[in-house]
Amino acid sequence: MRFLLKRLTQLSSVLLVMSLVVFSLTLLLPGDVTVTILGETASEAERAALREELGLNRPVIVQYVVWLGDVLRGDLGTSLKTGEPIADMLAARLPATVELTLLAVLVSLIVGVPLGVVAALNRNSWIDSAISALAMSSVAIPYFLFGILLIMLFSVTLRWLPPSGYVPFWVDPVGNLQTMIMPTLTLGLAQAALVTRQTRAALIGVMSQDFIRTARAKGASEGRVVALHALRHTMIAVLTVVSLQMGALIGGAVVTETIFSLPGLGRMVVDGTFERDFPVVQGAVLMVVVGVVSVNLLTDIGYLLLDRRIKS
Amino acid sequence: MTDTAIISRDKTRRTAPTVLRKVWNHRLGRFGVTVLAIVILCAALADVISPYDPIAVDYEALLAPPSSAHWLGTDELGRDILSRILHGARVSVMIMTLAIGLAFVIGIPIGLASGYCGGWTDEIVMRIVDGLLAFPMMILALAIVAILGPSLANAILAIALVNMPGFARLARGQTLAVREADFILAARSSGLRQGRIVARHVWPAIRGNSIVYGSLKCSAALITESALSFLGLGAQPPTPTWGGMLSGAMQYWDAWWMSLGPGMAIFLTVLALNFLGDALRDALDARISH
Repeated sequence: MRFLLKRLTQLSSVLLVMSLVVFSLTLLLPGDVTVTILGETASEAERAALREELGLNRPVIVQYVVWLGDVLRGDLGTSLKTGEPIADMLAARLPATVELTLLAVLVSLIVGVPLGVVAALNRNSWIDSAISALAMSSVAIPYFLFGILLIMLFSVTLRWLPPSGYVPFWVDPVGNLQTMIMPTLTLGLAQAALVTRQTRAALIGVMSQDFIRTARAKGASEGRVVALHALRHTMIAVLTVVSLQMGALIGGAVVTETIFSLPGLGRMVVDGTFERDFPVVQGAVLMVVVGVVSVNLLTDIGYLLLDRRIKS
Repeated sequence: MTDTAIISRDKTRRTAPTVLRKVWNHRLGRFGVTVLAIVILCAALADVISPYDPIAVDYEALLAPPSSAHWLGTDELGRDILSRILHGARVSVMIMTLAIGLAFVIGIPIGLASGYCGGWTDEIVMRIVDGLLAFPMMILALAIVAILGPSLANAILAIALVNMPGFARLARGQTLAVREADFILAARSSGLRQGRIVARHVWPAIRGNSIVYGSLKCSAALITESALSFLGLGAQPPTPTWGGMLSGAMQYWDAWWMSLGPGMAIFLTVLALNFLGDALRDALDARISH
């Protein structure tokens, strides 16, 4: 309980700093904000009216408190370009990003854990070296490069999959999964390399522990020792890495969504950036960060349930 | 991490030539040093060794496949891809030196001061650092570029800003471990001023790990920059960048050579940076993970 309490106080300070950063992004806008919104041609009277409307005449601290209050009530403002409420835009964009991220985590575990186990059990053999070399090189391939390679292979050469396009899962499940295959592989396989390395290192550590020797002494087969005893402990370390990588994964989702034209949060940030629609960028960034922090918190709570040793 | 490992400073072991020799003798370090040296040479000599002007349009040779005239082919405007890769190396080298350099010279002193002073200063600085570290690097960099406008200078600034908290966090942690060491106590009791203790005694003790961390961060910076350029938010056309060339290649799928060159350039440089980081870590006996 004390661990959770400490974690929550820490979380609130992190959230406070984050909200300050996201809020102050607009303060960094070079030049007059009203010029950015209304353009060069607007009259001084129009600008003054807009300043009044946006509350820009008030002290910065008041602006922050008002903004924070709005955000907490779910009011993230409206897009400068379309006038659409940003909360609605986020709701429309969230499913694609959540689906992409979850599928990518799934792929990284399905590919990474077995490879890591094989490497650890054949430690210092050629199999281990080959898997390590593969993992090292795939870490060095940026997401967008890998995405391009996949499109070249599956869309241009083999013509198996469409290079872009998106249908929501509840409209056409098969079509949805078809369009998600390449984005998921792009994002998931790069993560798989990290999962492989982590699984290998953790399993090697676990296999040298006393309870493994005990299990062996009791006559359990090697397969049983690994599958029933060692793997459970290894997975805790692996899940930590997955959770800590959540931020990088969502950063990668931005690029991946752009390559494959998926209507997700990442695309929203990029489009907002191009159109200099900063409330949109602000809202999407806030959503992403709150998501990342929540995943990390859930992981911590998960530990608490899994491993009762973490109390202090 | 054992404190003695970072605190014991054996001067004969850590001079620059010995470290370089160790890196060179490292299995993967030699590859890293060689590739990086080539990249830096290409950046420095791009004007001299490029066969063509990287932004010169040639309507006679649009989308030409690799040939003896254009070794790596040409793009949709007939520009020579090899020349563009050589010039693109400049942006990459600038990101590695300027962005990470900036993050280093701002982040490390903050961490040193925070760790050495302790108390409320440390508490507040570290809360801010934690908050900044909670942002996905790519998202925060995008947001900064969104606000400041896309350009190479802003991309460098954004990448420096998102990397800075990591350096502060590292320096602070190392400083905490060093602060209580005997040689610091000795320096304090001999009446040295605080600033001098930090500069002359604490900093040298944490220097090795900071450099290793910096070298590991270079590859992340390069990937972030090429991603920004790929999205069209880094250095603006016609300046050639590896990431920008790749995004151009996405319009012309049949011209596979358009993505081959820049793709290999990014891949090999990132790989070389990772290898160099690992080699430096082993040479300096640092315990830092990616």
